[in-house]
Amino acid sequence: MATHRDKRRVLVTGLSTFWGSRVAQALEADPDVDVIIGLDREEPTVRLERTEYVRTDESYSILSRIVKAAQIDTIVHTFLIVDSTKMGSRSMNEINVIGTMNLFAAASAPGSTVRDVVVKSSTLVYGSAVQDPVWFDEDMARSSLPKNRVEQSLVEVEGYVRDFAIDNPHVQVSMLRFSNVIGSDISTPLSRALELPLVPSMFGFDPRFQFVHEDDVIRAIMFVLRDEVPGIFNVAGDGLLPWSEVAAICGKSTFPLPPIGSSLITTPLRRFGVDYPPELIDLLRFGRGVDNRRLKRTGFEYEYTSAGAVAAFAEAVRLRDTVGSSEPEYQYERDVEQFFRHSPAVVRSSD
Amino acid sequence: MAPRKAAEAESTGGELVHLPRPADPGPEPGDPRRGDVDEWGRSESFRAMVRRGYDPIYRNWFRAEWEGLENIPAEGGALLVSNHAAALPSDAPVIMHGIETELERPVYGLAEYLFKSMPVVGTLWARGGGVVGHPDNAYRLLHNQKQLVLVFPEGTKGTSKNYRERYQLARFGRGGFVKIAMRAGVPVVPIAVVGAEESMPILFKINALSKLLGVPYFPVTANMVAFGPILGSVLYFPAKFKLRVLPPVTFDVAPDQPRYSRSLVMEQAENIRQIIQEALYDMLRQRESVWFG
Repeated sequence: MATHRDKRRVLVTGLSTFWGSRVAQALEADPDVDVIIGLDREEPTVRLERTEYVRTDESYSILSRIVKAAQIDTIVHTFLIVDSTKMGSRSMNEINVIGTMNLFAAASAPGSTVRDVVVKSSTLVYGSAVQDPVWFDEDMARSSLPKNRVEQSLVEVEGYVRDFAIDNPHVQVSMLRFSNVIGSDISTPLSRALELPLVPSMFGFDPRFQFVHEDDVIRAIMFVLRDEVPGIFNVAGDGLLPWSEVAAICGKSTFPLPPIGSSLITTPLRRFGVDYPPELIDLLRFGRGVDNRRLKRTGFEYEYTSAGAVAAFAEAVRLRDTVGSSEPEYQYERDVEQFFRHSPAVVRSSD
Repeated sequence: MAPRKAAEAESTGGELVHLPRPADPGPEPGDPRRGDVDEWGRSESFRAMVRRGYDPIYRNWFRAEWEGLENIPAEGGALLVSNHAAALPSDAPVIMHGIETELERPVYGLAEYLFKSMPVVGTLWARGGGVVGHPDNAYRLLHNQKQLVLVFPEGTKGTSKNYRERYQLARFGRGGFVKIAMRAGVPVVPIAVVGAEESMPILFKINALSKLLGVPYFPVTANMVAFGPILGSVLYFPAKFKLRVLPPVTFDVAPDQPRYSRSLVMEQAENIRQIIQEALYDMLRQRESVWFG
């Protein structure tokens, strides 16, 4: 039993999502990680060397069996939808709330070997309202009730995480609240807006935004896993900068939408591939800043500031506009992957 | 000619063509920031522009006159507390402009979030140094960044006073400003302002309209009677402004306590209110004319 600290056996949720696959890749590069099992409904979209993919539904009905069978000691819960434009509110609720509930039910089953849990939450739990402080720290409550589905579901998710941490004091639970993520690869409503010829803004408002670079997100997840720092942490780059300046760094001008009746405008915008979910409308009026000092105090160092993350994104967009996407299309072939992982014919150098 | 040329070359550091050296090295190479808007939304370049535009009003219209400016610390955080008046408060810009030009220190003004909710106005307000009066904002400004923060504890109770209640200080909130100063470990610097009350006096208020518009009060001012409803809602009377900065009030408590005794907080708040009220009476006794001081 004492050996589980030496070599980790990790379960990653949402393997086919951007975050799940990135986390799995980072875990594969870590020699202290013995086993990586990735769960998802869909097949992985990136090449993975040794991660085992298990198809599950979003309610993780077979999860407790996997945890027991594979003697999982670490769960990285990345499969939380924070972009409400990706799906309807019912399936989002199913994935976020019901998924988390089942995940933690399995992790706290009698005889569970789980010792570490990392949850990738979002600063959406703080909301964005006019009476907000400029900086939220981890202990502050949001100043208004959540009005939209994604914030409601994340608040419920965090409730389950907190319950789990109270019921299982022997498990180290780290919950990371990520700010607006931006970077060279990730696509979010904000990044799509910044790629338009004119960046939509709310007329008369120029709120301050905070960003975190996608690389810092992965580094933060790996950091709390390796250094085992339990607790709730905001993960966001240093500094706030006005939305107009964000657009300027991307070489764009803003196009003001009327602040009242903006749904009249956002509906036609959807035709251009820009979806303005309700949580973003508030953000474009009032912005949000979160205090990142607690994670820094544990020793984590950011590579990017808020402005630096935006600049890195702008550079990536310029490169993509010039040479196009260089990522080769990856197709998951079950038989091929099984062959590489399990056939005695394959010489595995890592052993 | 030769010695002069040599001297010239020396003075310009050996360059053949004289290039003025930039006093400010400019942003660091690689700094992606394009503007100077800080985390609170204040922009020093915007403030400088506002100060240039406002200076004639400050000097020639209100003819602001200060005494006791030395009571404002030249460095370190301090909470400036003042009486509040005029339907559209004229005191905040005068105080902020005066301190920023005289002491060359930025001043952040705490106010209700109502400003932030208004398009355009809210953005300009923030660029000019307005910050939502959230305790955490005040604490960070005072304690972490050691800034000067201006607050009007009367809030809208001060600005919505009718003319006959002028210079009668309203309740100083619930003493929140004292609690913040205690937590941040900074002094409170009381400022008594005379002149703002007469710059835009309220004759009466229309409650039905304020409810309809969702604003704290809807005043009918003497300015509206004199200049008409449009011009009168923005044009001040040229009342003479006199500002007296009183000695800083410090508190004999440890900073960063989770809570402070309510009776102590209320006692200190009332004490500061009394200090300002007495200074106002003293200044009014000496004032010979509303317009000339």
